[in-house]
Amino acid sequence: MALLPVTTHDQLIRSKARENSLCPQIWALLDTVTDPEIPVISIWDLGVLQDVIEQASRVEVVITPTYSGCPAMREIEQDICKTLKRAGYSHVEVTTRLSPAWSTDWMSKQGKQQLMDFGIAPPTPTWQVRKVICPQCASTDNSLISEFGSTACKALYKCNDCLEAFDYFKCI
Amino acid sequence: MSNTESTTRENTLEYSIGLGDDSLMLGQRLAEWCRNAPLLEEDLAISNVALDFIGRANMFYEYAVELAKVTGGVFKNQSVDDIAYLRDSREYLNLLIFEMPIGDFAYTMTRQLIVDLFNVDYFTALSASSDSRLAAIAAKTLKESKYHLRRSHEWALRLGDGTEESHTRMQNAVNELWGYTPELFEMSETELALLPAGISVDRAALFDTWEARVSGILNEATLDHPPGDWQVTGGRAGVHTEYHGHLLSEMQFLQRAYPGLAW
Repeated sequence: MALLPVTTHDQLIRSKARENSLCPQIWALLDTVTDPEIPVISIWDLGVLQDVIEQASRVEVVITPTYSGCPAMREIEQDICKTLKRAGYSHVEVTTRLSPAWSTDWMSKQGKQQLMDFGIAPPTPTWQVRKVICPQCASTDNSLISEFGSTACKALYKCNDCLEAFDYFKCI
Repeated sequence: MSNTESTTRENTLEYSIGLGDDSLMLGQRLAEWCRNAPLLEEDLAISNVALDFIGRANMFYEYAVELAKVTGGVFKNQSVDDIAYLRDSREYLNLLIFEMPIGDFAYTMTRQLIVDLFNVDYFTALSASSDSRLAAIAAKTLKESKYHLRRSHEWALRLGDGTEESHTRMQNAVNELWGYTPELFEMSETELALLPAGISVDRAALFDTWEARVSGILNEATLDHPPGDWQVTGGRAGVHTEYHGHLLSEMQFLQRAYPGLAW
């Protein structure tokens, strides 16, 4: 049976915020801000960027942290400020929204493809049985080496076919 | 602002500090394994878990800093770093189990099992808190704790039901840590005061589920349930073990030597 494309309620609110935004040019600028650990994926595709509010000369960017202890979050904040200031926005504020908590389900389809191309197996949707695909040879015959990988968001797997070790983006 | 409202705010501030201290102490302890773990994958895993605990401490302290702007008092005009690094031992409110040394690997994983099991239930309850900020922090933390538990559970089984050596070490760890577990279920005066408004979590109510689950895992790991004939408490009142000062001396070194140093 083909799986129906499922969009979570939270995800829908996010995309509506972008679609109905009065400042699409700022969203576009922020598409150049990437995760410092995974420079192929933008903060929008990662599901970290929630909302952009422009009021007079002030820009507020709302983000949701991936993991509480992820050191990349601070760097992302700085990159947002730098990017917008370079484009002429002088008053930029980054606020953190904790609720609802970030989920890998917020990651865009494009983001998942970018991860795959970069050599990281993308997360399985949380409502599905975990299916890990080797980014090198696309085999699904893999074994878990460690629940924790090189960063907070990844686990370490080994492909039983091509024998390569690879990172898997944990689904939470 | 009414009197009750301001009392509630002061209590919530102290509650946040206590939960932050619990997380910070354990985060600091786990970080001691960085580059010392028995294998590379474990080194990464423990460091990642350590970061999660330090990250949640940061979230609780950030809330405390915001509350202190209104309540005033000792934390007025303090930063998150001030709260984390510039207090003396008696001013930390963490429960004792979080400050105990790392011991051997069995000891560290036993504490993780005890704490992860507790945290999953605790943060499930806190995510329904009437304080929306605490509820949000808890919801975020809960996802991570569930993930932590998968690993600590697996290690408990592997080491408990492993070799004679690993079994002995696990049993020793369980015996040594057991007397620090009752404190997890003890309500402080502050927590009691926040309970009727649905802000804090009723710790005592979590005991039966925790006890049943931990007993099941001990049994599965072929470990004996300790008799529970001793217990130590005092952390929430600022009365700590002799290990606490040593932990602080290492953790606070940089801020004490270079005041105001920022990352």
